[in-house]
Amino acid sequence: MTRKDSFAPAIYVVFLMVPIYWLIVMSFKTNAEIGSGLTLIPQNPTLENYQFIFGDPDWYWGYVNAIIYVLMNVVISIFVAVPAAYAFSRYRFFGDRYLFFGFLAFRMLAPAILLIPFVQIFAQLDLIDTHIAVAIAHCFFNVPIAIWILEGFISSVPRQIDETAKMDGYGMMRFFARILLPQIAPGIAVTAFFCFMFSWVELLLANALTTVHAKPIGGIMSRAGGLLFGNLSLLSAASVLALIPGVILIIFVKNHLARGFSMGQVS
Amino acid sequence: MDPRPYSNLAFGFLAPALIVMLVCGVIPMGYVAYYSVHDSFAGNNFIWVGSEWFQKVLSSPEFFGALARSVGFSILVLAIEIPLGIYIALRLPTKGVLSDIYIILMAIPLLTPTLVVGYIWKVLVMPHAGLLGGAAAWLGIGYDMNNPIVVWLTLAAMDTWHWTSLVVLLCFAGLRAIPDAYYQAARIDGASDWAIFRYIQLPKLRLVLLIAVLLRFMDSFMIYTEAYVVTRGGPGVSTTFLSHELVQTATIQFDLGEGGAMAVIYFLIVLCVSWAFFSRIITNRSRQMRRAEA
Repeated sequence: MTRKDSFAPAIYVVFLMVPIYWLIVMSFKTNAEIGSGLTLIPQNPTLENYQFIFGDPDWYWGYVNAIIYVLMNVVISIFVAVPAAYAFSRYRFFGDRYLFFGFLAFRMLAPAILLIPFVQIFAQLDLIDTHIAVAIAHCFFNVPIAIWILEGFISSVPRQIDETAKMDGYGMMRFFARILLPQIAPGIAVTAFFCFMFSWVELLLANALTTVHAKPIGGIMSRAGGLLFGNLSLLSAASVLALIPGVILIIFVKNHLARGFSMGQVS
Repeated sequence: MDPRPYSNLAFGFLAPALIVMLVCGVIPMGYVAYYSVHDSFAGNNFIWVGSEWFQKVLSSPEFFGALARSVGFSILVLAIEIPLGIYIALRLPTKGVLSDIYIILMAIPLLTPTLVVGYIWKVLVMPHAGLLGGAAAWLGIGYDMNNPIVVWLTLAAMDTWHWTSLVVLLCFAGLRAIPDAYYQAARIDGASDWAIFRYIQLPKLRLVLLIAVLLRFMDSFMIYTEAYVVTRGGPGVSTTFLSHELVQTATIQFDLGEGGAMAVIYFLIVLCVSWAFFSRIITNRSRQMRRAEA
């Protein structure tokens, strides 16, 4: 490729890591130390913030709740997007281009726009404060992106494979499960990464649609932030813990990321 | 031409996705459209008012102020993130442990919840507790969060921090799809780095860049949580963006009609912009297909 003796990526990564470093440092400090001036390394490192979070179900359930609705959303998104992407990849049909654009257009809607209707709809369905409500709400931005990514991957699988499977007597379900999915496994990983990312970072809807039992950690933090804003070290520890699921995910899909991000044939 | 068979049976494959989008996209948007032409009393009595809300929104300086700030913010962050993202992607090592470490570290901000992003940056600029704020105070200049320019730069830095890696990763993947033979040929011809970038890499990046611009435009245009945590829309209204205005109108003042009208106007803007992008992706694609067959 081009020159590799460049410092640019290193400088950029340092720029990304400095705020994270600061967050981690703050999470191990006491509030007294935070208030008494800048120290680059905690003088009296303490685990009490983490102990507090792991000792209070209200707090640690916040992480579990967020992970539950994010995973539900990833599963729903991929489950409905694979056949849809297959249709766009393999067939022409009435209004196909406009329909593809139509899906995309919903990705461009913002959570702020759909906030009120979602609250009203899920209230009528008696689904407020359930994980599934947030998982479904997040579909409006994740299903389109999942279709978009998977369409590229499916299109890079040769059409002959479909024919061969048909001749071998594979039904549609078996064809998808046994033949197509293994072929596009990296695509599934990348799609899961995108869906996880967009759902995991969103808070406006996730917070508005939940009250107690499905409240994500972000909602708990913002509620606590209003009450005890002085407690920076606790909020920092909660933030550090909120990074961990993402880091685990990255390590899992890392090998697919670089290849998969090119989105199959789209590149 | 297009080798795909024409069959409306394909709708069978689309049915699950269409049902989900009906529930989480079309119906809620229908609600919004309904609000925008009705006045509501006590939350459940609706009276037809025609275009009244639209007239109100379109004559409201607050709406246009927020719209202008959102457009400005999107342009600002795109102008930073896209070139920076391309540059970093070009300079990233293609294989080896270092490459893996870079990719993992770069992806971390992408997976940081918006509230945490806002919190991180809010703390960072605090005069006593924050690294930036503290350093500025130590230098004797002070970090003035009452200065709109400083606040805007902070928000731009925050968004750069959060999302530039998306551009990097997309471009990096796009670059890896270029066969080595292209570079060898360019070297034989004695092409400069710039020529290689301009005539080999950039054309290959076009599609991933369209995707990156589209995603970044839409998400920065409707930035909500991060900016709100850091600035609460201030000082004054200098960082009150479109989605703040919208949420404020719809949930705090509970003006469903006015909020609905704003949302519909926003939707139309977004529809136009994304159609412009989408039609470019489609033409590019059919051109590629033709080339592949030739």
